[in-house]
Amino acid sequence: MINLVPVPVMLALLGAAVTLMIPRRPVAQRVISIGCLTGIVALAGLFIWYTDTQGPMALWIGDWPVLLGIVLVADRLSSLMLLVAGVVALCVLIFSTGQDKGEVRRETPVSIFHPTFLLLVGGIANAFLAGDLFNLFVGFEIFLFASYVLLTLGGTKERIRAGTTYVIVSLLSSMLFLTSIASIYAATGTVNMAHVAVRVAELSEPVQLLLQVMLLTTFSIKAAVFPLSMWLPDSYPTAPAPVTAVFAGLLTKVGIYAIIRTQTLLFPDSDLSTLLMIAALATMLIGILGALAQVEIKRMLSFTLVSHLGYMVFGISLASDAGMAATIYYTAHHITIQAALFLVTGLIERRGGTSSLDGLGGLLKVSPVLALLFFVPAMNLGGIPPMSGFLGKVGLLQAGAEYGGPLVWVVMAGGIVTSLLTLMSMTKVWNRAFWGNVPDRIHATQDSYDGDAGDDDVRFLPPLMVFATSVLILFSLALTVFAGPLYSYSERAAVSIRSENYISAVLPEGVR
Amino acid sequence: MNANMTLAIAAGILIACGVYLILERSLTRILLGVIIVSNGVNILFLVASGHPGTPPIHGLFSEETAADPLPQAMVLTAIVITMAVTAFVLAMAYRSFQLNGHDEVADDVEDARIRQLAQADEQSESYEATRFSDTGEDVVSE
Repeated sequence: MINLVPVPVMLALLGAAVTLMIPRRPVAQRVISIGCLTGIVALAGLFIWYTDTQGPMALWIGDWPVLLGIVLVADRLSSLMLLVAGVVALCVLIFSTGQDKGEVRRETPVSIFHPTFLLLVGGIANAFLAGDLFNLFVGFEIFLFASYVLLTLGGTKERIRAGTTYVIVSLLSSMLFLTSIASIYAATGTVNMAHVAVRVAELSEPVQLLLQVMLLTTFSIKAAVFPLSMWLPDSYPTAPAPVTAVFAGLLTKVGIYAIIRTQTLLFPDSDLSTLLMIAALATMLIGILGALAQVEIKRMLSFTLVSHLGYMVFGISLASDAGMAATIYYTAHHITIQAALFLVTGLIERRGGTSSLDGLGGLLKVSPVLALLFFVPAMNLGGIPPMSGFLGKVGLLQAGAEYGGPLVWVVMAGGIVTSLLTLMSMTKVWNRAFWGNVPDRIHATQDSYDGDAGDDDVRFLPPLMVFATSVLILFSLALTVFAGPLYSYSERAAVSIRSENYISAVLPEGVR
Repeated sequence: MNANMTLAIAAGILIACGVYLILERSLTRILLGVIIVSNGVNILFLVASGHPGTPPIHGLFSEETAADPLPQAMVLTAIVITMAVTAFVLAMAYRSFQLNGHDEVADDVEDARIRQLAQADEQSESYEATRFSDTGEDVVSE
């Protein structure tokens, strides 16, 4: 069982290599990539079951002596993240398969899209499973590189403009990450995370603080925590719908995962809570105010993405088991829901010909299916009970109340305001895109398709795209229905990521 | 551990020069900045590896005098990644040159919009009137 730990990464990379070799056979490419992602989802499910019943798995690659080689670790947190990432990636891939030929050529040219997409998933899986800081860096680089390519697909003017900012910011954060790794190696003489955790405790406090702040800054850039979030709403919306969906769902959450991992494992006793809380509050409020000002749905969703990352940072700042459990649950919820909303936006763009609220209207009349597909995740994002968004927020607020203190109460109030404002921005989309009169533009779009098939919905919303979106929405509803078991799983995960538990799972007895 | 002061200062100077170049507007200069920063960081790894020594080849040299091989392996990985970055950014700069006739980093859409609104002095009433055209460029309606 333990030998299966590297298989998710290998499957994705192997799939990328094979699909790259057969650029002229789109059907075979699709079968292979969907097969690989299904395999990853199945394995992640297996990991969840195994780590929950038998404890974390740590595999020293190549059977090198312990601490000489690199280690891959699957514990409850990384297995859950892997599962959610796999499901989202699979749905997005099926969604992109549903596009018709012209759209494929324009948005997701298969010959390059599939290998790059699989590399992206491979890099994300590697980052989740890495037990070693340098391997984490390599995982980040793999998925960042894939994301550079995906973001600039087609090389249009707009995408090059957006891609430039994204690439430069990512490069800077990578350099900062390398600098932190060099400093950590200089200070502790190792890059294995469990081993660093043992040794970092012996360093003097200023050195510890320096290393912590460096790692925190690096990952905050990736996770788009205010004030390091300015690149995100500018770069994500220009990419093709499936790409934006997977970026919004997954990439920032890998940053959140890395923050959770390094803060709980390497610096469990250090106290940056105040700083993180202020960052969380600013992220939530500034993000959501940005969202309210938007008339373009993709940009609005990018701003809500930034704002909701604040909730996760708040959970991390509490540095308690309850806070971590709520953060883990909220992260799983938010990956799914954000990706689902971007996929629905892709459908809206197809049906209405634009994703700007100025050109939309009356979609409820034109396509009730689309309205339903938008309504469920939008309400979930806004935190309407009893959906998972509400449950996650309640968990966070409870954890906050346990922690106490005036600052926490201010942040909690900020969280509630953010939640209401999210609902308001979603209502704005609903009002202007789904209610009201059907603008001429939509009729014009309808006429420009000269197919003779009778049913409009089938022509504009290919069944496969609707299917993929619905599966993702059903998955998000499953997070609500099975919230009880999942939340207690998150609680157990929060215990097992604690420094002492992680170290004893990875390192043999007596290693200093 | 004894740190090598010369190397540390060299790394500092390289990173400072790189940061200065990254703040430029032209993508080619930014790329040069990134390359210089990454070289600075690579030197930082050499500082982290401690005292210099003989090549770390098992059997040829004694283990006591050998240099620490791990940072060198990391530097190799970092060099490979920087090479790929260079290739990609150069391609992007060239594409930008093809499309726009220059390779300057464009303004943030949001910033440009705020500036336009400020010029029109209509911040309070007109945000609903701001339209996104399909090319992504904003048009402020009068």
